[in-house]
Amino acid sequence: MKKFLISLCLVLGIALPAFAATDMIPLDKAPNKLNDLSSLQNGAKIFVNYCLNCHAAAYMRFNRLKDIGLTDKQIKDNLLFTTDKVGDTMKISMDAKQGKDWFGGNPPDLTVIARSRSGQGGTGADYLYTYLRTYYRDDTKATGWNNLAFPNVGMPHVLWELQGQRRPVYKEVMQHGHPTPVFAGWQQITPGKMTAVEYDTAVADLVNYMQWMSEPAQTTRVQIGVWVMLFLLIFMVIAWRLNASYWKDIR
Amino acid sequence: MAEFKETSPDAPLSEKTLTWIDNRFPLSKLFKEHLSEYYAPKNFNFFYFFGSLALLVLVIQIVTGIFLVMHYKPDAALAFASVEYIMRDVPYGWLIRYMHSTGASAFFVVVYLHMFRGLIYGSFRKPRELVWLFGCAIFLVLMAEAFMGYLLPWGQMSYWGAQVIVNLFSAIPFIGPDLALLIRGDYVVGDATLNRFFAFHVIALPLVLLGLVVAHIIALHEVGSNNPDGVEIKAHKDEQGRPLDGIPFHPYYTVHDILGVTGFLLVFCAIIFFAPEFGGYFLEYNNFIPADPLKTPAHIAPTWYFTPYYSMLRAITSEMIYALIVCVLAAAYLGATRANISTLLKGVVVGAAVVAVALLLAIDAKFWGVVVMGGAVVILFFLPWLDRCSVKSIRFRPDWHVYLYAVFVINFFVLGYLGIQPPSFIGERVSQVGTLFYFGFFLLMPWWSTLGQTKPVPDRVNFVAH
Repeated sequence: MKKFLISLCLVLGIALPAFAATDMIPLDKAPNKLNDLSSLQNGAKIFVNYCLNCHAAAYMRFNRLKDIGLTDKQIKDNLLFTTDKVGDTMKISMDAKQGKDWFGGNPPDLTVIARSRSGQGGTGADYLYTYLRTYYRDDTKATGWNNLAFPNVGMPHVLWELQGQRRPVYKEVMQHGHPTPVFAGWQQITPGKMTAVEYDTAVADLVNYMQWMSEPAQTTRVQIGVWVMLFLLIFMVIAWRLNASYWKDIR
Repeated sequence: MAEFKETSPDAPLSEKTLTWIDNRFPLSKLFKEHLSEYYAPKNFNFFYFFGSLALLVLVIQIVTGIFLVMHYKPDAALAFASVEYIMRDVPYGWLIRYMHSTGASAFFVVVYLHMFRGLIYGSFRKPRELVWLFGCAIFLVLMAEAFMGYLLPWGQMSYWGAQVIVNLFSAIPFIGPDLALLIRGDYVVGDATLNRFFAFHVIALPLVLLGLVVAHIIALHEVGSNNPDGVEIKAHKDEQGRPLDGIPFHPYYTVHDILGVTGFLLVFCAIIFFAPEFGGYFLEYNNFIPADPLKTPAHIAPTWYFTPYYSMLRAITSEMIYALIVCVLAAAYLGATRANISTLLKGVVVGAAVVAVALLLAIDAKFWGVVVMGGAVVILFFLPWLDRCSVKSIRFRPDWHVYLYAVFVINFFVLGYLGIQPPSFIGERVSQVGTLFYFGFFLLMPWWSTLGQTKPVPDRVNFVAH
């Protein structure tokens, strides 16, 4: 019996790490700032200015941004295209066929993208945070850009003016007796409008916004949850004592 | 028909009303039979919470389901968006949806624990065979209900999960391809599939499920509940014919179950409010991508509650067929040489084995995978006739029975784990051994359950007052 269990553990122990190995680079941890309204608002601004031309967020209503502290007027003045209404969802005018012609694939809707990209390597936010910070110049690609978190990506580096152009630096490491190139860091080719720290903060805000947008009720959900748990804990004491008082006669 | 009762004119209104109803509908009679004078053993333990909890989850699923249907659109072009509409624009729609999605997983958690309870305390044994059979039917319908409901959000995992499972039916010889077409209503999973799955999920299967649950409870209340000692409490009654070890279900077990419900809700609500995706097990991450018939996900895994069976399906490779042939031949050899049956029957056994081997070789392994997956559920129905131990409860069985049951449970978990993982060589081998163990556990039960020294079963139940 014990031998069987031990061998089972051994077999699974060998099997487990084998599943974990993937081609992706390790994901950076995205800072969690879901309660930081100014970060969310800055993220919303970046999202509308940079993403919402090719990507839609067709399940997200503009006036839901009131949840992160904006007013109808602020939304209308700063974030809407002239024809939109605040009650509209974040749709775009580019159609699917154009997307396919220009990028080789239709740019996905971004409403719930942060939820869909979660996985073994990290949360969806971690993925987006890493992905938007690992673009590099690659002249062999049609767009001139490539990405470490998403090799052969169809999307060009939309934020390149902010980040500047970069190139990954590899160093040779012996792996299994063969020299293998391993990512060692970045080399800045041209400077961007932002410093590296400013850029990381901007991307963190954008990802923060996308994380919030994927489930706008998430903060409310947790707040209500705390009260529900408190209620249930108190109720449990009552239920426990009620049960005990009925059962005290049973011998 | 019961006698028509008269109330005195100065009786209180409540009494008059009750008498009026009782003269026309057996309200008091039903209440007594099923609650206040239904005598349940007093020694129920933790595992006895899960029956009432399953009923609670059923109610949660029906009520939240009704509200979801008010906003959901069963249309391939609108389904995904309508779910996000519920999550965003419907007031507290997210709560309703999370209750329903968490409820689906919770249903399987409580039902698995409920079945496990029946397994270890021998609750399926005479005279409770029909209670068990109705229960197994509920489990089967529940699986269909969960599978069809999972298509409705129309995400990538919904779509491709349905595609994979429906395609399994096409492995059945001769009728397979037409059967798969009939189920889908199209050559691929599409709008027609979504609409018929919706119809099954919201009306057809829930009706069957409710009917079976009623039958399950009526059958149970006819024979009375088993208990952790597996002792018949009806063997010792007082002068009024009440079991000495029985207590009225109401109020004793109603207050007891309220405590159980509270404990359950603590866990259930913690998941709903703090981890509704439950690490991708209750809501799979891929399902937040709308269904795309042109893009097959790299790894398709069913939801966790199906994965033990999915593992068994994947375990049946063309290599595994040879292992199955060896098992069939070994069984035939034992039947022909060791079994105490007539020569004619022995001939039949050998003949059946030859036919079985021929079929195993002639038909594609994929089909046998489907047979094994289905068989893993169907075999549960036969449990009352497979177990031949002289005692019901695990408490009085030989110690090694306990270890065997433990390995069975661990094996089930391992199969479940492997069903989530992408296919691998080691995983395949382990799941093949696991599949053989699962079937060996049941098919050899008539033999092993009679072995070993059982412990003396007490006359009355063990109960420590609390």
